Amino acid sequence: MQELHKLTIHESHKLLKEKKVSSVELTEAILKHLNKVDAKVRACMTVTGENAMAAAKAADKAISKGKIEPLTGVPALIKDNMCIKGVRTTCSSKMLENFIPPYDATVIEKLKAVNTVIVGKTNMDEFAMGSSTENSAYFATHNPWNLDCVPGGSSGGSAAAVAIDEAIYALGSDTGGSIRQPAGFCGVVGMKPTYGRVSRFGLVAFASSLDQIGPITKDVTDCALVLNVIAGHDKRDSTTAALDVPDYTKALKPDIKGFRVGVPGEYFVEGMQPEVRQALEAAIKKLEELGAVIDWNVSLPHTKYALAIYYILAPSEASANLARYDGVKYGYSYREAGTMWEAMEKTKQYGFGPEVKRRIMLGTYALSAGYYDAYYVKAQKVRTLIKQEFEEAFKKYDALVTPTSPTVAFKIGEKTDDPVQMYLSDVCTLPINIAGVPAVSIPAGMVNGLPVGMQIIGKHFSEETLLRLAYAYEQATPWHTKKPAA
Amino acid sequence: MKLSKDEVKHMALLARLGLSEDDIEKFQHQLSDILENFEILNQVDTANLPPTAQSISLENVFRPDEPYPSLPVNEVLANAPDEEDNSFKIKAVLE
Repeated sequence: MQELHKLTIHESHKLLKEKKVSSVELTEAILKHLNKVDAKVRACMTVTGENAMAAAKAADKAISKGKIEPLTGVPALIKDNMCIKGVRTTCSSKMLENFIPPYDATVIEKLKAVNTVIVGKTNMDEFAMGSSTENSAYFATHNPWNLDCVPGGSSGGSAAAVAIDEAIYALGSDTGGSIRQPAGFCGVVGMKPTYGRVSRFGLVAFASSLDQIGPITKDVTDCALVLNVIAGHDKRDSTTAALDVPDYTKALKPDIKGFRVGVPGEYFVEGMQPEVRQALEAAIKKLEELGAVIDWNVSLPHTKYALAIYYILAPSEASANLARYDGVKYGYSYREAGTMWEAMEKTKQYGFGPEVKRRIMLGTYALSAGYYDAYYVKAQKVRTLIKQEFEEAFKKYDALVTPTSPTVAFKIGEKTDDPVQMYLSDVCTLPINIAGVPAVSIPAGMVNGLPVGMQIIGKHFSEETLLRLAYAYEQATPWHTKKPAA
Repeated sequence: MKLSKDEVKHMALLARLGLSEDDIEKFQHQLSDILENFEILNQVDTANLPPTAQSISLENVFRPDEPYPSLPVNEVLANAPDEEDNSFKIKAVLE
């Protein structure tokens, strides 16, 4: 008996198309496996088994009529900050404990349109603020490779779930590394597309100039298949680009001869784990063997400002976006207060967790009178330099390659008391959101039984180049076939 | 840059965020530490640089002003903590 939950999207699709397996069988297998392993991993916030079985039946009906797309009938998990009509969307916050969205996010509409099977919602850092999924107001998710370690964050539930086969694929969101860093920590493929490539309509807003939705998958082919469906212009998100969506699977060729790849030294930071450095160097040599032309001496000197820029801009945007949680329209509402203002203050005090409060405070400070120019505008100006630096680099290189994070997954509880240490685990991923360019993290080694991620970065809307390099590397190495013990 | 307790309280008031005494104490130290890390930006001469608010440089995005159905009122109000006459209900703003 084949273990159906272990399939990729493209493997599932083949079996579904040849009618060797039904979506109902596949979905049952996923739910059974999920129920078994999630007691330990705790990747899921809400499991919607009944909805999933109904969707699987609908998918089988569509398939019987010959209507089958690559994601049709394939079970998926969705990070709990994307709205699904009628399904609780908590953002892993007490603030939204009972919030039932009256509409679907655009990405959900697109997935439903091809009859994918959504089996539930995944745990995350509250409002996507965090790097370990420990900031969930409900429970921490564990790394399937070592249950004492974090899965990364904030899309830690989605990454852990895909790594341990609780879903065939998942969606995450990435504001400063929240898809790539957990994908790296869990040994799966995670892509943050170019800003504006995927609609944010129905994604609970964190930092609107940085947020982007993307795929978390078991291999690079699946990444292309998901991107094919979710990418594209949306009139309900005016920041989406009015560009055609190519068939990303056409980029999946093993030949990367002559591709110019740069290695920026600044991403090999002080304090980096030496074994991660070695794994990355070996991975880059593999790209060289495959025909890429490597420049080991690229310098992006403004990288050192990215952390400060990010922790000014993201909290500033968050403090504006999260002002909506006032206990009036939806969400938690403190009812015992005497005055309206008191009710609003108490609603936020009891509805938000510590990291969310910390960032609201930080953002409010950076936007307040007297500090606006010194912090917010200053950060936006240095942002321009980071963007220009990438633009210059991409005149010379097709892609840049870096570690996804300076270390492998750290222990649960190790960094929770020190926000600055926690923020450093995103030091390699933050600059990418600041510039709005796309990047993908793929498995590129193992250190102490934990996966190492390699990040491939490209210019705006160069997802095809990233997928091609990622695919060539993946096909030439064994890392994507490694699995944690279930 | 060391924040005073009063500054922390002022920010909380601007954000309409209720904080406990413990929170105020903790944030005073944590936010001061974080702000210290921002000082690195002062090394950069930004006198002649434009700010970047949005990374893919879209400008003035328009769409045709065509009516389309809104969400039904009852569905929108389904999540409301309190409602009356098809409206969200709050406590009195003016006493």
